[in-house]
Amino acid sequence: MTLEYLQNYWWVIVSVLGGILVFLLFVQGGQTMLLGAANEKEKLLIVNSIGRKWELTFTTLVLFGGALFASFPLFYSTSFGGAYWLWICILFSFILQAVSYEYRDKPGNVFGRKTYDTFLFINGSVGCLLLGVAVAMFFFGAEFSVDRQLLTDVRQPVISHWAHTHGFEAIFNWQNLLLGVAVLFLARTLACMYMINNIDNDELVAKLRAKCLTNAGIFLVFFLWFMAMLWTATGQVVVDASTTQLVVEEEDFKYFHNMTRGWWIGMTFLIGVILVLFSIYRACFVKGSRNAVWFGGIGTALTVISLFWAAGFMDTPFYPSIIDPSSSLSIRNASSSEFTLVAMTYVSIGVPFVLAYIAYVWRKMDSKKLTISELEETSHKY
Amino acid sequence: MEDMNSLIDWSRLQFALTAIYHWLFVPLTLGLSVIVAVMETIYVRTKSEKWLACTKFWMTLFGINFAIGVASGLILEFEFGTNWSNYSWFVGDIFGAPLAIEGIFAFFIEATFVAVMFFGWGKVSKGFHLTATWLTAFGASLSALWILVANAWMQYPVGMEFDPEQMRNVMDNFWDLFSGVAINKFFHAVFSGWALAGVFVIGVSCWFLYKKRNVEFALRSIKTGGWVGLIGMALTMWTGDGSAVEVARHQPMKLAAMEGLYHGQKGQSLVGFGIVNPDKNWDDAEAEYLFKFDIPNGLSILARHDYEAFVPGIADIINGVDINENGDTINTVSYAERIERGKMAQQALRDYDAALKDGNEAEMAEAKQRLEQDYPFFGYGYFDTVEEAIPPVGLTFTMFRIMVILGSYFLLFIIVALIIAYKKSGALTKSKMLQWIAMLSVPFMWLCSQAGWAVAEVGRQPWTVQDLLPTKAAISSVSTSSVIVTFWMFAAVFTALLIAEVSIMVKTTSRESKKNLDPVNPQVS
Repeated sequence: MTLEYLQNYWWVIVSVLGGILVFLLFVQGGQTMLLGAANEKEKLLIVNSIGRKWELTFTTLVLFGGALFASFPLFYSTSFGGAYWLWICILFSFILQAVSYEYRDKPGNVFGRKTYDTFLFINGSVGCLLLGVAVAMFFFGAEFSVDRQLLTDVRQPVISHWAHTHGFEAIFNWQNLLLGVAVLFLARTLACMYMINNIDNDELVAKLRAKCLTNAGIFLVFFLWFMAMLWTATGQVVVDASTTQLVVEEEDFKYFHNMTRGWWIGMTFLIGVILVLFSIYRACFVKGSRNAVWFGGIGTALTVISLFWAAGFMDTPFYPSIIDPSSSLSIRNASSSEFTLVAMTYVSIGVPFVLAYIAYVWRKMDSKKLTISELEETSHKY
Repeated sequence: MEDMNSLIDWSRLQFALTAIYHWLFVPLTLGLSVIVAVMETIYVRTKSEKWLACTKFWMTLFGINFAIGVASGLILEFEFGTNWSNYSWFVGDIFGAPLAIEGIFAFFIEATFVAVMFFGWGKVSKGFHLTATWLTAFGASLSALWILVANAWMQYPVGMEFDPEQMRNVMDNFWDLFSGVAINKFFHAVFSGWALAGVFVIGVSCWFLYKKRNVEFALRSIKTGGWVGLIGMALTMWTGDGSAVEVARHQPMKLAAMEGLYHGQKGQSLVGFGIVNPDKNWDDAEAEYLFKFDIPNGLSILARHDYEAFVPGIADIINGVDINENGDTINTVSYAERIERGKMAQQALRDYDAALKDGNEAEMAEAKQRLEQDYPFFGYGYFDTVEEAIPPVGLTFTMFRIMVILGSYFLLFIIVALIIAYKKSGALTKSKMLQWIAMLSVPFMWLCSQAGWAVAEVGRQPWTVQDLLPTKAAISSVSTSSVIVTFWMFAAVFTALLIAEVSIMVKTTSRESKKNLDPVNPQVS
């Protein structure tokens, strides 16, 4: 295995994790619906349906970060240390989420149920929005520079420097926000699909189908807008990656070209989008259909994977610097060493086993749909 | 420079805050998961409803604690990037791997099976549920393994080499990460979690006895928690001894700080109790302690398992003086020389980089040779004075004593609790004093546990990676004001959530205690 092969392999792994993470954001999408629930029974069903999966989303986020750290440490170092406020706000919202399910209905929770439901809303909305912003930076770039030589500057030994706004400039960039809003409404759409599959309550399911249509509509508007921006954007192309500082040139319609010249990227994108559209059709218009979430989930994952591929393959720096293009990060100059990537590749063999037992447990636990009567009988509920 | 120091201090403070909060919850998760699994195993074997009630009660408390441990853990992982971005680049090639492996294997085991634990009753078979409970406990310990391997590596960096072209360290042997330091640290931390959970279960159960509610349930819990706690505490002490030897071998400055020792000798005594002189500098004639009580030859035995061994003090280490196993005085590398050689290593790196840009291979080879010669002292090149390389002595010394004294107390505490819980005379159910002691002891177990980490982390200052990267060179280029704001944000939210957690624990315990948790022999008052 050559270093180049390993770098490609790990970009694929990171892309797959990103795809799975965005699918699992249905938990966050569901959280944004809690405050608007018509009554307590509805709220109870929603929070207990999505609440039993929150740890999977949370863990996938942690793994996504861990995998980026292990495989592309220069990205981890540059982005997290630079876009400080963006990442801190994302993490802060996830802290609020982690305790809210367990604490919201417990006696003595100090702040009251409504506070914890508000925490869940904050995580659901802000978390999705900002994760979308963070991913959009993979295309529209950020204001940073990297100079390894600074490591030996005793007075200021930090190798990467960012704009003084430290991530706020990314949060308030309207192009980034386009993807953020799209991710938020995609998460709400997927949440509707997941709950249609998971909850046995005709009244609520009917409402969810209607909600799914509204959210899917908004999602599609913002997604298409984002894609139009992306395909017409001028991107960077790496012409020399032989040294640690890249030599890059600008290329018009770079990401459109990546999806057309890289036919496999374009095909993956197309299949993903078709599956998402099909899932929306099934969830909203096919009465009695409860399996839309699986089409939507796979479609979402494939679409996100193809976007990551468009960002990182085809000689494209996956984290472009808009103030110093030679500092841009590509999968070549930002990766771990060959030794570490080989070691981690052996570790990645375990991933299918992990996915297999998650699928087994998911199937086992969800074989019986959630009902109000089950929640009335159980000793442990949210 | 002043602002830079401020940024370093606030970044350290923020990381310390997050780590302290995280470690409030994690040891209870580690230990209570095992205690719950033992209880459920007995339930599955005996089919006794009383053990099911026991399992479910402690599982409820486990769940309350688990959530907040997860929340604080997330921040720790990402703070390596947000606040220590230079660190993430300098050693990310090695450090990132254990974190990713932790995520792939340990976190998903926990996340998947903890859901079965809480919601699987009646949905899956008893055997599957029990397996899920054990897997949750296993997942928690597996998670601890990887993060402690990573932590140990920072204290004893091995299995890597420096790549001057990339200006970072790269891994060259994965298995070296499982050093003696890592193994001792893992078992020491995990078993201390068992001990903490044991003391917690005993303390809470004694509240039941104090209230005269569910007495049999309480005694059953004390016995189960007590045994797990006793095994945990005994093994914590054993691995603590191993850790002391590793510290003496690889971080002698930390050991000297733990003892407040400036000038060592053969057959060095251990300070059983004392107060270090805060005005003492390493190179003056001030007294080392305001007062102390010595255990003769104690430190030699602790550090080197040798009654007569020499243990160097802070001044000895700075001056490069040691005495080998044969009793000969030998010169190690003094700190002044380390600083000089560290600066030479950094200059060699600059020369290498310049030669690389010029494409001059001969100069690259020459610079690389110089770099390799002095690289073991690379981090010292960031210092101007030797004082910068001395950890905070007073805090390390005090925390070490708190850990050891409280640890010894808790070994005795658990043994006594177990003995009287088994006594037929019912001494524990009758004696209010014993119950009060048990209840009041609980917070001190947390103090003991926190003190242990304070010794490990404060004692290794100023290093993020021992000898290679001090904190001052490991930070991100964020503004100090940003870190101050996020510090207070985290402080406020973690404190609020801690208050909520304790309040929920208390209310839940109180409410559950009024239910019949002894279904076979109801004794609800």
